[in-house]
Amino acid sequence: MAYLPNIFFAALLFGSVFYFRRNLLFIKRNILLGKAIDRTDHSKARWANMFRVAFGQSKMVSKPISGILHVIVYIGFVIINIELLEIILDGLLGTHRLFAPFLGEVYNFLIASFEILAALVLVAVVIFWLRRNALKIQRFWKPEMKGWPKKDADNILYFEIVLMSLFLLMNATDLLLQNQGVPHYIKAGVFPISQMITPLFASLSVDNLIILERTFWWLHITGILIFLNYLYYSKHLHILLAFPNTFFANLDPKGKFKNNKTVTEEVKLMLDPNADPYAATVDGNVPEKFGASDVTDLSWVQLMNAYTCTECGRCSTECPANQTGKLLSPRKIMMDTRDRLEEVGKNINKNGVFQDDGKQLLDSYITREELWACTSCNACVEACPVGIDPLSIIMDMRQYLVMEQSAAPSDLNNMMSNIENNGAPWPFNNQDRLLWANDN
Amino acid sequence: MHVPTLAEMTSEGKKPEILFWVGCAGSFDERAKKITKAFVKILQKSGISFAVLGAEERCTGDPAKRAGNEFLFQMQAMANIETMNAYAVTKIVTTCPHCFNTLKNEYPDLGGKYDVVHHTQLINSLLKEERLSISGKHYKGKRITYHDPCYLGRANQVYEAPRDLIKKLDAELVEMKNCKAKGLCCGAGGAQMFKEPEKGNKDINIERTEQAIATQPEIVAAACPFCNTMLSDGIKNKEKEETIEIKDIAELIATAEDL
Ligand code: SF4
Ligand code: SF4
Repeated sequence: MAYLPNIFFAALLFGSVFYFRRNLLFIKRNILLGKAIDRTDHSKARWANMFRVAFGQSKMVSKPISGILHVIVYIGFVIINIELLEIILDGLLGTHRLFAPFLGEVYNFLIASFEILAALVLVAVVIFWLRRNALKIQRFWKPEMKGWPKKDADNILYFEIVLMSLFLLMNATDLLLQNQGVPHYIKAGVFPISQMITPLFASLSVDNLIILERTFWWLHITGILIFLNYLYYSKHLHILLAFPNTFFANLDPKGKFKNNKTVTEEVKLMLDPNADPYAATVDGNVPEKFGASDVTDLSWVQLMNAYTCTECGRCSTECPANQTGKLLSPRKIMMDTRDRLEEVGKNINKNGVFQDDGKQLLDSYITREELWACTSCNACVEACPVGIDPLSIIMDMRQYLVMEQSAAPSDLNNMMSNIENNGAPWPFNNQDRLLWANDN
Repeated sequence: MHVPTLAEMTSEGKKPEILFWVGCAGSFDERAKKITKAFVKILQKSGISFAVLGAEERCTGDPAKRAGNEFLFQMQAMANIETMNAYAVTKIVTTCPHCFNTLKNEYPDLGGKYDVVHHTQLINSLLKEERLSISGKHYKGKRITYHDPCYLGRANQVYEAPRDLIKKLDAELVEMKNCKAKGLCCGAGGAQMFKEPEKGNKDINIERTEQAIATQPEIVAAACPFCNTMLSDGIKNKEKEETIEIKDIAELIATAEDL
């Protein structure tokens, strides 16, 4: 019977880790539904980018207030997780503050820093909540944020508030028990923050204190494990994916749009007077589809982008089209891509292989009006704190519209036929290119 | 003015130091032609030997690619590359950031590998090599704000070359609310120049023009013929054309030097 809590703890721990791993594998499978793209070159520059942007949060601070608050939560999150290791071992072994005897003074220092960080995180998270819900900062209230995205963002903040509070409450009751010399509660740790809340519990009996301390301890670790499994359903996934996402991000100049090699082959064939015009069709391959109309036409990097998106809206705030009231929002492009990808993933889970559901990313999620409003200015790409490229998706979808459907706006069709016929986007004669030199 | 073509020079057995890629706007658009001429005057003053392609130049294909027509883009690109490779072109300068970006970044994959510079970069190096000088008299103390073209700035990280030139004019460079990496688009890129904007509550060029006007400039300096058009339209819309000029950096320098 004495081992019951340990067994229960182990079951809880391994159960949640197992469930989390299962979901991670779904994500991996879904991402790999994307097309191959080689992003293994320049590994040095890739590591550097990851350290700067994901670890170093270099893009976050371009908005100083939210940037600094985010850095606090991020550092808090990473460092307080060291404590998690002890909590897990305590849970499995039935010990209490297992590391204390080994670390001595260092342990006191660590616990004190965790407490201060926890308090800072609490303050930051409350400010985050106020920014969203009291100040109602515009970028959190755009149309694409209605419903689940808004709830998700709030949920994350509530999770963090509850977890940090439980951590401090657990320490406060622990401190009281330590001070009363209760066996098992060894004297360990310095508690600069939670000592301030001990008066709340000072009048309680030892038995009640123990019940409370255990309750806080269990709620805290259970909360963390639930939060871990919440990631899969949430934009909070970025805490993991930001790292690979920045590593595999595009390193070329932003103005360089990718070259479509299939087209290159065709163009070469057309321009080569010696080429056999029928050669291309002999192998009987279905000609490759140009551009993207659904998520499976995108590359795995673009799909990983979608899972990484934090829905922060920095991209859309900088987007000239979005700023001037157009339907286009690069954040929505990413959210739509993720939603559709999850839909496709569920379809595969259910049917084994994908069964046509009469939907696709184009039209069912992203409208043509959105796609045609983009100026390809790269402001969204520049703004994204986790290295996402919404523009590449827009361009792939335009390519599909034009090359597979000939569905460009009529003005653009005029422009393109001018280029084709005259070598310029306007109806001028190419022979007149140098007339400007005669003007004076 | 006499502007030699590559065909002419080649037939005379000469090879220019640099090819001036004029671009479609620079060749055909009334406003942009003035920029082309101003830049030619600067080139001539510096004594650098240059040539243009003339009727052998075709659209780089940038608007076709950004509109989604990869096929048309590559047809254009291959034709241009064939022309330039036949002349063994090695160095290109252009006044259009869209041509600049396409030639520099997208032609190499198709077999066109050149050293491509924007005119603001070339002018800077001509100054450094003392083949050119700029006097500060004409624009001394004038308030000039500079609009970053997306395809020069964010797309290719060229932020300082144009600014350095404005500073050399002894002008007072004032920055807009959005500048450099955070610069706001004029609204023309991605083939928008050639179509009506989608519906919204404002045109992008108006938004940008308002940012420019807020700096109370005498001149808005541009470095792209399309930005120039968009901002000029914006200034007209705001009825400020009497007090605020939109000028390409090449035009500012040509004027400063009485060219
Ligand atoms: S590239 Fe397109 S989507 Fe991105 S900010 Fe510019 S206009 Fe908006
Ligand atoms: S794409 Fe990047 S900037 Fe845009 S909402 Fe997602 S994380 Fe934020």
